[in-house]
Amino acid sequence: MLSLEHVSKFYSTRWGRHRVLNDVSFRLERGHNIGIVGRNGAGKSTMIRLLAGAERPTSGRIRRTMRVSWPLAFGGAFQAHLTGLDNLKFVSRIYGVDYRPLIPFVEDFTELGKFFREPVLHYSQGMLTRLAFALSMAIEFDCFLIDEALVVGDKRFHDRCHYELFQKRKDRAFILVTHESAVIKIYCERAAVLHEGKLLQFETVDAAYDFYEESLRIKPEVPQ
Amino acid sequence: MEVNESPTFLQSLGIQRRVLYALTMREVITRFGRENLGVLWLVGEPMLFTLGVTTLWTAAGLSHGSGLPIVAFAVTGYSSVLMWRNSAGKCADGIESNKTLLYHRAVHPIDVLLARIVLELSGATASFVVLSTLWVFLGWMQPPVDLAFVVGGWLMLAWFGASLALLVGGGCAFSNVVHRLWHPISYLLFPLSGAAFMVEWLPARLQRVVLLLPMVHGVELIRQGFFGNVVRTHYDIAYMALCCGILSLAGLYVVHEATRRLDL
Repeated sequence: MLSLEHVSKFYSTRWGRHRVLNDVSFRLERGHNIGIVGRNGAGKSTMIRLLAGAERPTSGRIRRTMRVSWPLAFGGAFQAHLTGLDNLKFVSRIYGVDYRPLIPFVEDFTELGKFFREPVLHYSQGMLTRLAFALSMAIEFDCFLIDEALVVGDKRFHDRCHYELFQKRKDRAFILVTHESAVIKIYCERAAVLHEGKLLQFETVDAAYDFYEESLRIKPEVPQ
Repeated sequence: MEVNESPTFLQSLGIQRRVLYALTMREVITRFGRENLGVLWLVGEPMLFTLGVTTLWTAAGLSHGSGLPIVAFAVTGYSSVLMWRNSAGKCADGIESNKTLLYHRAVHPIDVLLARIVLELSGATASFVVLSTLWVFLGWMQPPVDLAFVVGGWLMLAWFGASLALLVGGGCAFSNVVHRLWHPISYLLFPLSGAAFMVEWLPARLQRVVLLLPMVHGVELIRQGFFGNVVRTHYDIAYMALCCGILSLAGLYVVHEATRRLDL
């Protein structure tokens, strides 16, 4: 189970405290999923950071009784002088698993060849993305945080990601956060819309989709 | 797998241990690479510094008018500066430069700082041990008269270095001003830290002032251990412990507050 209970998040800005999330609550059980859509600036990244545990809510509480992943395919934590293998070792140590049995999968999935043992500063963007995704898959989680990661890469990579995530791991929970409402229609059983700091939950994915599409027609409220 | 919502103290300790290990290994590779002498630079870098200082002082013929062996004086002085200056310096941008690691939930800002502190203190200690042993072996300096004083002084300096590093590291996450202030402060502290003088050589009024600085007591302790009764040393372990205790609490508090407010 993962639950947000009355979570609010403020950021300090030059003109005072800015509220990004306002009393957000939701609950996700093992094996289920939810899509969260929001337009640019609606608080999607903030939501991801709170779910990942990188930042703390200003008020409210986040509870986790299942293993929740870091944002899927997040490569920001790569250090230029570390090799692909070093990065695998690093995340394995952090999550308390042995890295050795994971090497074949990561080598196979990333198709990096000898570059797997080269510093990541010599990687292309595509190689980085493949490594980042493979590391997310190498560590086992009960719930995946997916942050627009589904749209990157070429078709081959795309298909292999889908196979790993939605076929092999279809028993897991996931939270998909995106601005593309079409995506949640394909993948999610439940959907919510981040709108003006509130998380609006709907009976059906279609209802969320319709509300979101409608809301895009209105000029966003920008703090003056 | 079921995850305990509130792990026991022992479980938390286990997580902390493996996160620290992971971060330290990462830091080692990042800083020293895997080519050339690699991790040897941890010792090599301060070693070169100490060598340079010793050479300069010897060449300038500065005997400090005390008859103290210059090599031992330089080694103890410079090595003790490394204990507090490097750990604090490395922690100054510790949180900022490792922000992205916080996306791994088990990694907290304090882990990032502790990993750097562990690495810096180990490096300074290793260089001190290797260098002293080498000089003693070559006959350039005498072994310590009383090792217990050396170890005691060193441990106190390690505590001081660690607590100062937490305070600086946490403070810098709060405000860039702390970051800017740290550099001039560290340069000002260097000549006052007891690295290049014995308290006994100073006029009484100045003695009282420099003895307000906690690290001076640590350096004096180490020199008491090395030179014995050749010099008169001034130290107050209780005072230094009190300062380090206060600094530690302040450091932990600042890091805690910085963690709570951190915006990535």
